[in-house]
Amino acid sequence: MLRPGLDKIITMIEIKNLHKSFADNKVLDGLSLKITEGTTCVIIGRSGCGKSVLLKHIEGILRPENGEVFIDGKEVGKLKGVDLNALRMRMGMVFQGGALFDSLNVAGNVGFGLIEHKHLPEKEVFERVKDSLALVGLRGIEEKMPSELSGGMKKRVALARAICIKPEIILYDEPTTGVDPITADSINELIRSLHDKLKVTSIVVTHDMRSAYKIGDKIAMLYDGKIIAEGSPEEIQNSKNPYVYQFINGLAKGPITEN
Amino acid sequence: MISQLLIKLGSKVMALLYFCGGLSNLAFQGFYLGFTPPFKTGRIIEQAKKTGIDSFPIVSLIALFIGFIFALQTAYFMQRIGSELYIASLVALSVVRELGPVITALVVAGRVGAAITAELGSMQVTEQIDALETLGTNPVKYLVVPRFIALSFMLPLLTIYADAIGIFGSYLICVFKLGISSAMYMRVTFEALLFKDLFTGLFKTIFFGMIIAFVSCYEGFNVEGGAEGVGKATRHSVVTSFILIIAADCFFTALFYFIFP
Repeated sequence: MLRPGLDKIITMIEIKNLHKSFADNKVLDGLSLKITEGTTCVIIGRSGCGKSVLLKHIEGILRPENGEVFIDGKEVGKLKGVDLNALRMRMGMVFQGGALFDSLNVAGNVGFGLIEHKHLPEKEVFERVKDSLALVGLRGIEEKMPSELSGGMKKRVALARAICIKPEIILYDEPTTGVDPITADSINELIRSLHDKLKVTSIVVTHDMRSAYKIGDKIAMLYDGKIIAEGSPEEIQNSKNPYVYQFINGLAKGPITEN
Repeated sequence: MISQLLIKLGSKVMALLYFCGGLSNLAFQGFYLGFTPPFKTGRIIEQAKKTGIDSFPIVSLIALFIGFIFALQTAYFMQRIGSELYIASLVALSVVRELGPVITALVVAGRVGAAITAELGSMQVTEQIDALETLGTNPVKYLVVPRFIALSFMLPLLTIYADAIGIFGSYLICVFKLGISSAMYMRVTFEALLFKDLFTGLFKTIFFGMIIAFVSCYEGFNVEGGAEGVGKATRHSVVTSFILIIAADCFFTALFYFIFP
């Protein structure tokens, strides 16, 4: 599990017995998970099973009903105001549709965190923006508006925005959904290489198994509000668990669809 | 049957209370964050331009028509009793005290309030509001505060302008149609207007501006369910702003009636 460049195993993110429901719908029901510093954990599960809700708890956008989320020893649900924002600036989140700010151009989007929080000179912000865009393979689009970009480019810009604040943790919400297979693979490569270059801890939420095998150090399956299986990509691939088997092989018939 | 009705009534009351609670909470946060640094004047000016300056054309047009209409409507009765001259004072008082502020607020609620709800609602649907939070930025501070400050500044300014245009509209009718002399019209107008008329007219518009800003932002933040939700929230936002503006107007009119008899 240990990645090169890190000399001891530290739990970066720990989720304990997390519960959350919306109206009568129980979304998370006692979810527990530990993620080691510097590794990539892929969370798989069906659409609408609460994967994005889990990410929003880690970011502190949603508050848990029960249970705790610890990041580097700090309980997210108890933090407020300045402390919460300070913790959030150590994390970057890449949203499913990009969630780029329509009213700002690409440079404004990517540099948003720096402009708002770090009082850096304009020139330095611009350099950082350029570097972040270069890391995701984009050049010369600083002045474009989000509406002028294609879906794949939006995801890349969103990724650049997340890494521009130099986070220690990156959360990805379905990074390969809605783009063509070739772009999807280039995004996978990108996640992999960012990971190697920046030594960040990542959580990737997806239902794209090809991507999960490619980028994950660990894969965890979310079903019925709990993690029902976790292990290395090989372990998941050879899992005897009927739920996992049905999901990773994409079968219409099986225990998941029977309930 | 009766229990069903009661359940329905109960859920409506709960929804209303929930709305009031949410709106007051947003207003409180807006005030608190509006008066704590850092202050981003750039964004306030940007919003002032969008909400205020860009509303000048439509406000001018409507105020001018209101001036025409009001002059003609009062002329109908004033001619019967032979006191056309007092059209000027009647128009001046009603425009400055009532019509100018309320019509301006309603136009801005329709034009700007709807736009704010639609914009923030789309941001909510596309997770841009969540994205703001993940970048360590309070959405109320970033989105609501500039709009609320801009609207509470710009609405009084727009109202002064609408008052002037409305009186000008009535002036055109009286001077060119009813044969009142220009100097006479001006004199009667300024004799009728007192400082307190202008003050009570403008004071309430600050609150109208806040109502528009907070209601439209609240509705925008609470959009659920995609494009349809944005449409629904926009409609709600305009209807609620209208009701609250008229209610607030009623309150202030009563208040000033007793304070400045």
